[in-house]
Amino acid sequence: MAVSAARRSVADGPPPDPNNLLEVRDLAKLFPITQGLFRKVVGHVRAVDGVSFAIPRGKTLGLVGESGCGKTTTSRMILRAFDPTSGQVLFDDKHLGWVDLTRLDESAMRRIRPNMQMIFQDPYASLNPRMTLLEVIGEPLLVNGIAKGQELQDRVASLLRRVGLRPEYVRRYPHGFSGGQRQRIGIARALAPHPQLVVCDEPVSALDVSIQAQILNLLQDLQQEFGLTYLFVAHDLSVVEHISDRVAVMYVGKLVELADTEELFLRPLHPYTEALLSAVPKPNPRLRRRGSVGGIDSDRGNGVGKRIVLRGEVADPSNPPPGCYFHPRCPYAIDRCKEEAPVLRELRPGHSVSCHRADELELVGVPTEA
Amino acid sequence: MTLPTRTGGNMTLTTPGWTPAPPPDPPLSDLLLEVRDLKVQFTLDEGIVRAVDGVSYSIRRGRTLGVVGESGCGKTVTAQSVLRIVPRPGRIVGGQIMYYPPGGPAVDLAALDPLGSQIRAIRGKEIAYIFQEPMAALIPVHTVAHQMTERLRLHLKLSKGEARQRAIETLARVGMPRPAQTIDRYAHQLSGGQRQRAIIAMALVCHPSLLIADEPTTALDVTTEAQILELLLELQRDFGMAMQYITHNLGVVAELVDDVVVMYLGKPVEYGPVEEIFEDPRHPYTRALLRSIPKLGKKSHERLESIKGMVPDPYRIPAGCAFHPRCPRYLADICAEPVYVEVGPNHRVLCNRAGDPWQ
Repeated sequence: MAVSAARRSVADGPPPDPNNLLEVRDLAKLFPITQGLFRKVVGHVRAVDGVSFAIPRGKTLGLVGESGCGKTTTSRMILRAFDPTSGQVLFDDKHLGWVDLTRLDESAMRRIRPNMQMIFQDPYASLNPRMTLLEVIGEPLLVNGIAKGQELQDRVASLLRRVGLRPEYVRRYPHGFSGGQRQRIGIARALAPHPQLVVCDEPVSALDVSIQAQILNLLQDLQQEFGLTYLFVAHDLSVVEHISDRVAVMYVGKLVELADTEELFLRPLHPYTEALLSAVPKPNPRLRRRGSVGGIDSDRGNGVGKRIVLRGEVADPSNPPPGCYFHPRCPYAIDRCKEEAPVLRELRPGHSVSCHRADELELVGVPTEA
Repeated sequence: MTLPTRTGGNMTLTTPGWTPAPPPDPPLSDLLLEVRDLKVQFTLDEGIVRAVDGVSYSIRRGRTLGVVGESGCGKTVTAQSVLRIVPRPGRIVGGQIMYYPPGGPAVDLAALDPLGSQIRAIRGKEIAYIFQEPMAALIPVHTVAHQMTERLRLHLKLSKGEARQRAIETLARVGMPRPAQTIDRYAHQLSGGQRQRAIIAMALVCHPSLLIADEPTTALDVTTEAQILELLLELQRDFGMAMQYITHNLGVVAELVDDVVVMYLGKPVEYGPVEEIFEDPRHPYTRALLRSIPKLGKKSHERLESIKGMVPDPYRIPAGCAFHPRCPRYLADICAEPVYVEVGPNHRVLCNRAGDPWQ
């Protein structure tokens, strides 16, 4: 029953693009703020507020933003770890076809979950210390009735080999492994049921620099080999640029910019994106810039551009400012920004932005080294 | 306190355990801190961990030294040794930490009693420390005011009122919004950026001559990180303090520091001016670290160059050059006993092949 409702929900709206695997439409999540003995609802935290994007098959969408911007909530809603307040999540399941995940009940979701898996941020918290690798990696195969017995062992062994660990490790427990090895175990677990979509929630931010590169390479190899589609949630812009085909930037629950990676990094249209790119410390001492705040002159470097240092802090999602949520920190804000909330519009082909002044501003992207 | 004996001198190829050239007499030099062949060990049930194994570096007044390395390389323990706050069972088993206070006689911090009055007069007053995790570094049951005024009253013998006034001024200086109100808040009432600002204000309130910052922006978002980095540079210019900045973020190093120490398994493998380290790294580990980070503005679908294998277990550090199992240019007959090689002015590398060109 639930599946037919989910299919009807897809049929009622505009048809999804067959090149996409996932389409998120106007997704929102409001967490109630309660007070007093009877838990009266006194307000809402608008964690995710009308987010829409699509991920083409076999591609990677990077979702970036600072803590509290709603990027994790968005990814959890796609997997239905949180139920959305409103909106649609359209997914082309390999057995059921296009369905709206928000309309599925638990039993139908259980049939879909093997096809959408997750890789977690903290490899120390995401593996059960009481389970051997065989149990950790084999569990998704077992509960979904995909494999058991000797076949299960063989598949776990081949998964371990594929992620760069020795198959003899199947009887070991996670405690003896380093952070990078644990993240490989988490990746093997996510891949076990042959998913179509993998949500990677900050998969390398807990790892050392030299291990980060190994894991990023592994994720790219696996994507090619299995035709995986990634939603890559991260705050590190250089990692996101490296791995993503398209990038979505979130600020206080809203999507502020969405474009192909190179376009977004070289020709940003939103002042927040510009500030984010400018804030990333660049590993090149000759590009040393000093910000506008102190007006510090560097005694070295050619001072390419000044770092844009945003004033103040990220807006409170339970009490956001009127108009554009970014206006109190925006160096380009005008009176209109304080009153009228901008909507996401496609300004260039495939490049959407939600800013009133996007077509008149000339923003600076990442400085390309000569 | 006597000056250290003059050792070393001319060095092109020296034995392990490098000793720097002697400094001119303190009042004439701008040398502030000089660490010589520092060794710190942790004696555990599993064995002895040589967390810091022969570290030497120096910091000049008003300049910034960056200490880079992956987890477990000993960068935090090195910094803790300077303030003599290495947690037990760790202890300093060798080396000197010469501190040249402005106008005073030189002190070997490594020789002081960690609980004695001499180090306590320096700790928090002349040398301040910013800890990595801002939530853990603030005491949850005391207000910011209490934690900031305590050291002012102790070190500078200010009255309650004076101390509070100076604390508020310092909070305002680090860009804390509404400092006169915020000072009476508890840690949990502050945001991440505000907590880090409170920590920085606490560290700066006595105007230290050296600030040791242990990954002060790692837990912060990138726009907050940018604010804090700008703030540190501005304060450094205004107060003329030196910094020892510990991080694993090579981007921060490139933007902030003057000299870099790259550490691997308790040893400094490369030490030199920041431009040379980034443009012409001579140690294979430094080079691999720089090449393994994705660079902004260079979108490519190429694979990153990663370092094979992983950091070895600290109880089983490989014999000879500790990096050799992961090194792409290891040659058994050359790399058995690595020594420090001077490859440029003030640029030293712990690698016997440091002079060889890269393929």
